This record gives sequence, C-alpha cells and structure tokens, in this order.
Amino acid sequence: MNWRLKSGFKPVIEPILVNNPVTLQVLGICSALAVTTSLATSLVMSAALICVLTLSNGIISVIREHIPKSIRLIVQITIIASLVIVVDQLLQAYLFDMSKRLSVFVGLIVTNCIVLGRAEAFAMKNAPGASLLDGLGNGLGYAFILVTIGAVRELLGNGTLLGASVFVRADDGGWFTPLGLLALPPSAFFLLGLLVWAVRTIRPEQVEPVLTENDGNEAARR
Amino acid sequence: MTELFLRSIFSDNLALAYFLGMCTFLAVSRRFEVAFGLGLAMIVVETITVPINNLIYRWLLRDGALAWAGRSDLDLSFLMLIAAIGVIAATVQILEMVLDRFFPRLYRALGIFLPLITVNCAIFGASLFMVERRYDFAESVVYGFGSGLGWALAIWALAALRERIDESRVPKGLRGLGLAFTLTGFMSMGFAVFGGLKFG
Repeated sequence: MNWRLKSGFKPVIEPILVNNPVTLQVLGICSALAVTTSLATSLVMSAALICVLTLSNGIISVIREHIPKSIRLIVQITIIASLVIVVDQLLQAYLFDMSKRLSVFVGLIVTNCIVLGRAEAFAMKNAPGASLLDGLGNGLGYAFILVTIGAVRELLGNGTLLGASVFVRADDGGWFTPLGLLALPPSAFFLLGLLVWAVRTIRPEQVEPVLTENDGNEAARR
Repeated sequence: MTELFLRSIFSDNLALAYFLGMCTFLAVSRRFEVAFGLGLAMIVVETITVPINNLIYRWLLRDGALAWAGRSDLDLSFLMLIAAIGVIAATVQILEMVLDRFFPRLYRALGIFLPLITVNCAIFGASLFMVERRYDFAESVVYGFGSGLGWALAIWALAALRERIDESRVPKGLRGLGLAFTLTGFMSMGFAVFGGLKFG
C-alpha cells in the first residue's frame, strides 16, 4: 500500500493504520479495553486521551530544552498527571454520569504507556508543532481501535449503537438475541486478537518473527 | 475478608477482568523465568503501595481528612492522582535501594522489573480502586496482596502457555500478539468463573 500524503499530515495519518500504537507497539491497551463495553464510553475515553496526549506532547516539547535529563521522567509524569486531573474534573463537572461509568479509567491515562512513550520518544526530540501533530495522530490511532471494538461490542452485545436501537431485540418483538459474552471482559481480548490478526494480514511486514533463545531477556531489558 | 481476598485474586483479577498492566503483561510473558520475577515484584510492590496510599488518602486528602490539622473544610481528593503516582515512584525507588543494600540476590532477580513497575497501570489502578471502593486500612492490605497475587498468577499462567504455543504452527498474522490476546481471553473466562463463589 502506498501512502501518498502531504508530508505535513503524515504524522497524523500514519499512526492510525500503518504504525498503530496499540496493535503494533502493544502500548496503551491497559486502560483501553475496559471502557469498550459501549460506543459512548469508547468515544469519551478516546477524546480524553487525545486531549491529554496532544497537550502533553506539546507542553513537553516546548520545555524540552530546559528539562534536566536525570529527572525528565518525573517532570513528564507530573505534566501528564496535571492534564489528566483537569480532564477528569471537567468530565465530573459536565458529564457526571459518563465519568461514573468510566470509573478509574480516566485517571489511568496517567500511566497509559502511549502518553509517556510519545513524550519520551518524540516530544523530547522534536519541535512543538510536529509534537502536537504526533500526539494527535497517535491519539487517533488509539481512538480507532477503541471505537471499533466499542462499536462491535455494543452492537452485538446489546443491539444498539450510542444507545439507539439498531437491531430490534427479541424481547421487544424483533429478531435479535443479544450475545451476552460480548458484554464481558473476555470478548474484548478476542476482538483485539482478531483485529491484530486482520491488521497483520493486510500488512504482513508486521508479523512477529519466530522466537529465539534471547528474546525473553531482550523483552525484560526493554 | 476472605471473600475480598479471593475476589481480588480471581473474579476481580486486575489483569483479566480490568485489563490493567496489559502492556507489561503481554511484553514480558514470552518466557516463564522472566515472568516469574515480574510476578514476584508485582506482589511486593502492590502489598506496600496500596496501604500507603490508603493512609495518605485517609489522613491527608479526602474530604475533611485534615480535621486533625484544624482544616476540616479542605477537600484535596482531586490530588489523589498525583499523590498516588508519587508514592508509587518513591516506594519503588526506596525498595530498589533497600533490596540492593540488604538482599543483593533478590535485587538481582527483581532489579530489572522494578523501574518497569513504576508506570504499570495495575499498581496505579489498584490504588485508585482502593479509593473508589472506600476500603479501610486492613482491607487495603488484603486487597493489595490479593490483587498482586492475582496478577502474578495470571502472568505466570500465560507465560507457561505461550512457551508451549510458540512451538506450534499457527496462521502467520496470529503469531505472537494476536495469539496472546486470544489466550488471555480464554484465561479471563476461566478466572471469571470463580465469581460465582459464595461465602457465609
């Protein structure tokens, strides 16, 4: 597949399919799957993460020259945690029900590996503009996975999308019997497994090589 | 207490029911030996940090907690996120130094995992759940230990499975990550079954 894009938008488009942070780099799945029981929670969670990731990338990039190397992780985490607190308080103020449904998972954006990963890998080395775009792109990549899984789980598990009935349920005189399993945690693992399989079938270069003796140790050092 | 302990290990398993610590869970579960060390480190750090965060929340941050200092009108609970991550980072750092000084063999076994654990959402998540569910101090000790043990059991089981399954022939795109997710899904179903246990 060729991606003929204007170079300016490449950092935004690329992480969505080509270099997705979730399916390729195994980052940020921690908080991702628990909120995908419905499309609405997935959307709000994605929006929260995109805000935090874009802003933290931007802020860290602006002050990257002034952060001493030895304490950079603490500085980064403090910036991220402050942004997350702001987002969390906003949600509690304006979308209280949603904030209750998302439970602790908005707070968990602090330890989301995508945010810290992009800060460390990109924002510390690049100019603010590029870092903002990179944050936006990776946030969209994460959102793509979340919204896909959220939509499938809500549609097949409940027959609705965003609360509006799509498949009429058998209880209401329709034909659709909800699949109870899709409301439970295991289904998220299966769906993500299938999604990874699909992405890697389209893009075979992402297939993992067969394991050698040293791989376990390398993973530990990472 | 027994119920809380067993629930935190099985039906409320941090990794399999709440998807916490997944990044490390998948990245470090390719070899059993390595996964074993990480599991141990996880149990130790959870058992220490959850009770400490409980004390901080109880005596400093929650609504009216500062009554002992004469400021019962303060509600600092929004600071929990920063406080919790600070406590975890500091605990891990101190633990690393103590282990290095007094238990060098244990340090060599766990050393590489301790920094990884600082940004592990399972540790952070356990502290947040403790706050959300209003556990008291004794409960937070039990919950910390139980949820650490549950996470460790899950990663040990997955690592053992993945070592075997790496030898088998599977569709190319499914190798590695895809298969790990599917296996985790089945394990998640298995652990959830314990949710039906009733006590007393």
